Order: sequence, then structure tokens, then C-alpha cells
Amino acid sequence: MTVLRTVNLVKIYQNKHVPVPAVRGVDLLVDEGEFVAVMGPSGSGKSTLLHMLGGLDIRTSGEIWLDGQRADTLSESAWALLRRKKIGFVFQFFNLVASMTVADNVELPALLAGVSSKEARARREYLLDALSLTERADAAPAQLSGGEQQRVALARALANKPALLLADEPTGNLDSRNTRDVLRLLSEVHRDGQTIVLVTHDARVASLADRVVSLLDGQIVDDGRIARRRPGRGGAGEVIDLR
Amino acid sequence: MRLHLLALLAKEPAHGYELKQALEQTFGSAYPSPNIGQIYVTLGRLEKDGLVRAVDVEQSNRPNKKVYYLTGKGRDALTDWVDEPTEGPRVRDEFFMKLVLAPLTGIADRMALINRQRRHYLALMRDLNELAERTDQGNQVALLLIEGAMLHLQADLDWLERCQEDLA
Repeated sequence: MTVLRTVNLVKIYQNKHVPVPAVRGVDLLVDEGEFVAVMGPSGSGKSTLLHMLGGLDIRTSGEIWLDGQRADTLSESAWALLRRKKIGFVFQFFNLVASMTVADNVELPALLAGVSSKEARARREYLLDALSLTERADAAPAQLSGGEQQRVALARALANKPALLLADEPTGNLDSRNTRDVLRLLSEVHRDGQTIVLVTHDARVASLADRVVSLLDGQIVDDGRIARRRPGRGGAGEVIDLR
Repeated sequence: MRLHLLALLAKEPAHGYELKQALEQTFGSAYPSPNIGQIYVTLGRLEKDGLVRAVDVEQSNRPNKKVYYLTGKGRDALTDWVDEPTEGPRVRDEFFMKLVLAPLTGIADRMALINRQRRHYLALMRDLNELAERTDQGNQVALLLIEGAMLHLQADLDWLERCQEDLA
């Protein structure tokens, strides 16, 4: 089943009456359970694309379909409602609720969606544990480092088991150990069927995806699966180059 | 591999199989598991060059085994290796040559070459991810080695992106 579809999606910014095209006709199809990484140089339109999919930016033309429903023509409030039901979003800025603890931030989306408090709590405990944040559960967002806030934002986005997870550079602020936690969690939820579209520069993250979409100047220049290589000769088991 | 073996022998004399085991234990699955033949060939050359010497040790019920130890000349070679700066990695020039030259002949286009290479790097990265998962989490040497390979690969991908922006 198709979770996300865009048809000839275009975004043109106006810079002092000069039109600046950021996304120039993107057709994207993401099936249920698929993990798609979007890569490309800065300025290639990756973040703009993701923001349009998440309703943070209004498309100039084209169509966005979410779970079989046309989303881009909805009223602002209806779009917001659909988003809350279907999408988990990790922004480059984290948008945590400052007056709530880490634990409450993560439980909130599930509670809003009508999940029992017991279930919301269990999910929160699982996510915080997977991201090595259990000890920070009672802290306020302001007490956290940038990397911790980023991981809390990921936990919050996944709390609801959304139909679609959108993430913009989810490892952008993390050191290699915390990146490893995020990689492991993404693989795990993906294995459990989570649909993921994420924008990243980080090849470790992109390599977990089923498919990589490359953008250049607002257009898709490559869209394909990462081949499964045979283990053994010439594989990563030979990291050392013997001379 | 010559100097790796010299370094191990500087610690204590050993026979070929012990050296193989020591390499595998230290570097874990990141090491391309040298075959024992390669090790004996290398030891033979080191012996010929006077860097190691072998003594036969008698074993009951088995043929003698050769135990190798470092000579003074071998220790000097090892010291030189340790003291001199190590060459940094070079640019992956084979792909770059292909990227620059192949389109001139009309047999390939740059965008397609870059796209294929990107997928190849990402497949390698996936192997490294899986290798890191499989590696004993206590083996810091092996994990650092894998992380180093990942960082190199990331740099290759960033560079590929630059090539795509400017050449394709």
C-alpha cells in the first residue's frame, strides 16, 4: 500500500519578486513499511521537500497524497489534524515543550491520540531506553544538551507509531556513540514496519534505508535501492588494506 | 604485513600460527584473516632479509615447529617504521579518472557514473554497519578501525556530491 505520493510537486520562493525554485517537479512514491533516505547537496531542496510533506511549508503546485487522502488541498486545520494522526516529525530544530519533562514530551503525542496512559508510558520507556535517555526522563528540555534534545524529539516522533516518520538530519547533532543508538532504533522500528522518509548527509543513516533518492537543484536525479552485497570477498570484513 | 609481524615478534617470539591468531584477536572481524600460507611466505622473506631468525623447536609426536624471533636489524626496521610519519590516504583516483575521462569517449555519462558510485558506497557503508553490529563491543581496536573506514567513506560520498554539483 502507498503511504505517501507526490505528483509533480513544486516549491518556488519569492525573493524580492525574483522567483527562486527550490523543488522542481518531484514525483515520489513511498510504500508502507519502506525506508527512504533523501540525499543531496545543501540547497538541493531536500529540507523544503520534507517540510512540504510535513505541512510546514505550502507547496506552490502539485499534489501530496497521504495514506490515500489528498492532503495539499485540505484546510489548514484539517491538514493539521491529519498530520497529528499520521505523521511523526523530527525537525532540525527540536520543538520540545519547555514546561514539560522529557517523559511527558514523549508521552504527549500518544496521549493526544487517545492511547491509554499505561500504553503510552510503556512506549515512552522503550524509546527512552533505546536512546540511552532513561536517566533524563524527569529533566526539562532546557537542561539537555543539543544531542539529547534531538534524541528526545525522535522518541516523541515515534511515540505514536505514526503511519509516516519524517526526519530532517536526525543525527546532525550527535556524536558517534549516540548516532549508533539512533541507527539501532531506526533499524528496529523499520523492521517492525515503520515507514520512514528522512533527509540526511550521514551515510551511516542513509545506508540503513531500502531506497535512496538523490536530489540536485530541486529535482530527483537518482532513485534506487541499495544493492545487497554478498558477504565475503572484498566486503567490509576486510577493512584493513594489506600490502 | 611485514611490519605487523615484526611488531608482534617484538613482543615475544612466536610461530606462524600464533601470529595469525594474534592478528585476528586484535583486529577482530575487521581483519581480512590472512591465510597461514601468506604468513609463512612473509616470514620466509623476513628471514632472508635478516630481520627475523627461526629456530626449530622439537615437539614430541609431531614434526619440529619453527619459532621466529626478531633480530637487531629487525628491531631497527621496526623502530624506523614507528618513527616515520605514515602516508595519508590518497584520493580514490581510479573513480575520479573514470569520471573525468569516460564521458570524453562517449561511452558513459557522468551523472550515471556518480549515481552508481553513490549506491556502491552506501552498500559498503551498510556492510560496515553490519560488521560493527557483529563485532564484540569490547574490542575497541576493531570498532575504531571500522569507524575509521566509515569516516573515509563519508568523505568519499561528500566528495562525490561536490563532483556532481560541479561536473555533472
